[in-house]
Amino acid sequence: MSRVVRVVHLYAAEMNIYGDNGNAQVLVRRLQWRGIGVEVSRVGVGDPLPPDTHVLLGGGGQDAGQAVITDDLAAKGPDLLAMAADGVPMLLVCGMYQMAGHYFAPFDAPRLPGIGLLDVHTQAGPTRLIGNVVADSDFGPLVGYENHSGLTHLGSGVRPLGRTATGQGNNGTDGTEGARVHNVIGTYLHGPLLAKAPAVADHLLAAALDAAGLPPDLAPLDDSLALEAARIARSRPR
Amino acid sequence: MSLLSTWLGKSVQGSLRLAGRTGGTLPGKVVESVDSRYLARRLATLPHGVTVVSGTNGKTTTTKMLAQVLGGQYRVLTNPTGSNFTRGAVSAIVDASTWGGRLDYDLAVLELDEAYAARFVEQFPPTRVVVLNVLRDQMDRFGEIDHTARLLGRAVAAATGEVVLNRDDPRVAGLAALARVPVRWFGVAPSLRSIFRTDDELHADAPTGSDGGGRGDVAPEAAVELVDYAPGRARFRVGARTIEVALQAEGAHNAQNAAAVLAAALGEGVELDQAVRRLAAVPPAFGRGEAVRLDGRTVVLQLAKNPGGFRLALLSQQARPADVSVVAINDEYADGRDVSWLWDVDFTPLRDTRGPVLTAGTRAADMALRLAYDEVPVAEVVPDLLDAVQRAVRAAPSDGRVVVYTTYTAMWRLHEHVGRRPGVPE
Repeated sequence: MSRVVRVVHLYAAEMNIYGDNGNAQVLVRRLQWRGIGVEVSRVGVGDPLPPDTHVLLGGGGQDAGQAVITDDLAAKGPDLLAMAADGVPMLLVCGMYQMAGHYFAPFDAPRLPGIGLLDVHTQAGPTRLIGNVVADSDFGPLVGYENHSGLTHLGSGVRPLGRTATGQGNNGTDGTEGARVHNVIGTYLHGPLLAKAPAVADHLLAAALDAAGLPPDLAPLDDSLALEAARIARSRPR
Repeated sequence: MSLLSTWLGKSVQGSLRLAGRTGGTLPGKVVESVDSRYLARRLATLPHGVTVVSGTNGKTTTTKMLAQVLGGQYRVLTNPTGSNFTRGAVSAIVDASTWGGRLDYDLAVLELDEAYAARFVEQFPPTRVVVLNVLRDQMDRFGEIDHTARLLGRAVAAATGEVVLNRDDPRVAGLAALARVPVRWFGVAPSLRSIFRTDDELHADAPTGSDGGGRGDVAPEAAVELVDYAPGRARFRVGARTIEVALQAEGAHNAQNAAAVLAAALGEGVELDQAVRRLAAVPPAFGRGEAVRLDGRTVVLQLAKNPGGFRLALLSQQARPADVSVVAINDEYADGRDVSWLWDVDFTPLRDTRGPVLTAGTRAADMALRLAYDEVPVAEVVPDLLDAVQRAVRAAPSDGRVVVYTTYTAMWRLHEHVGRRPGVPE
């Protein structure tokens, strides 16, 4: 049992475009507002993963950032797989979602291996998929903003996070968005996703409390503003 | 052909004006579509060539200041505020040409956004290119920030006379290697570096003042260096001299822009004392720290459209906290549809503001949610922009000060309604 929930932000410096750091802020505040202790560890290239990681976040990066982390992520892969199998919740966005899969295949270069945490693979696509996304999910409609050229295809070892009502999602053809296995969520949704999806945030936090050996008491918060912002986001043009 | 195209553009301008609309960029769009070489042919007649101003933040203010400073000894053609696509430049040329087709100017100072700067230089090689900074902004248009730097690199490589670069932004300093002409640097003193964070420092919490790489171990000597800043005045080191300049535009970032202006003006042969005198006379650019009077209250419009710019706008108000603050966030195409960048801004300085904070615009609710997570109390969520500003004015003391932080399209809309009223000195 732990006194605090440890939020690990993986590659916060290298993979941080599009406000994905906001996901960490959402988790931290939603614990603090409930009087639950929380500490954030920013884990970069060369830093060890804390053994008491209770929830892990990873964001999208530029091509240069992605190249910098490749070797380090491969080294951390076995630990991350073990954590996921133990039920540690994770949210992996865009670039980190791709690298959590089996591989990324560029047009004219050898495949870049991923860590195989999610049964997905990604192929470079001909155009960038850019714009607002609405996806129906077990958590209700999710809103976010996608900006990716990789097309991600799901294997049988994962289920989609949602089905796109607006936008392209994983690959623009099969209507899926994101992937889930254990308590791990991969997604293309920036926003940051958790700000306007309090149900997803609390789903991750419930699993984090479990990983920390803390009682699963998440008192309800007033999320009317988040739901109103999400409602308006759904009405905006692509 | 030039004469015909000029007539065509002027006819479009005239029709628009008859219809009660301003000239805008439509004349440029029409002329560009029928005469793609118009821009290059016309600009080639300017004896001192073209200076291009680009970068993420500060283009409009810098262009306005530089045009005014050079105006002391040259006839300067410049594009109107904010129309920083090539068609804006074409419209400006059409407007400036006589019906006889003459362009009675010595040089042009053109503000171009990063993508259009790269396209512009394919049509016409500029004499001088000024690059201010590279920060993340509208990544739905530019893809990623390293790509933005590459676009600016094409402009730098095309310069035929000189490039003026920000020594302290590693992505800008790195462009020096692409220049085929001498580099004139501007910068800020080490004691001020923590104010002007680079994109990497902003997003990685890197220690301020770190070198950031990209420019080697020894920083180059800046031709003009900002050494001290206080609201309303700035001190610069220029060679062996240190000079003080009165600046009307608010904010330390505008003092940094002024360093770029002085460097470019010196390169154009303007004498330093004359440059300083003319710089002091430049009013703030449209919506960049500009103040208007509404029902006795001072309303300051602060354009804030990306994390770096928003941070500086918030800092620029700390010396004089507002009585009421409004954060107006639109997500129209020109703003960028994506609003996730709001989570890369630290809004905690708004906790120290004296009075209430309102949010406005199409994404007023999103903005209120963002402030809730920074534990900044929000008094009201008012999507309608004009309603929000009216409420803010009523909530302020009768001689109070309202600061409106606003994205691009929200700023234009507010300006249509409040900007025509007489301004007040800030």
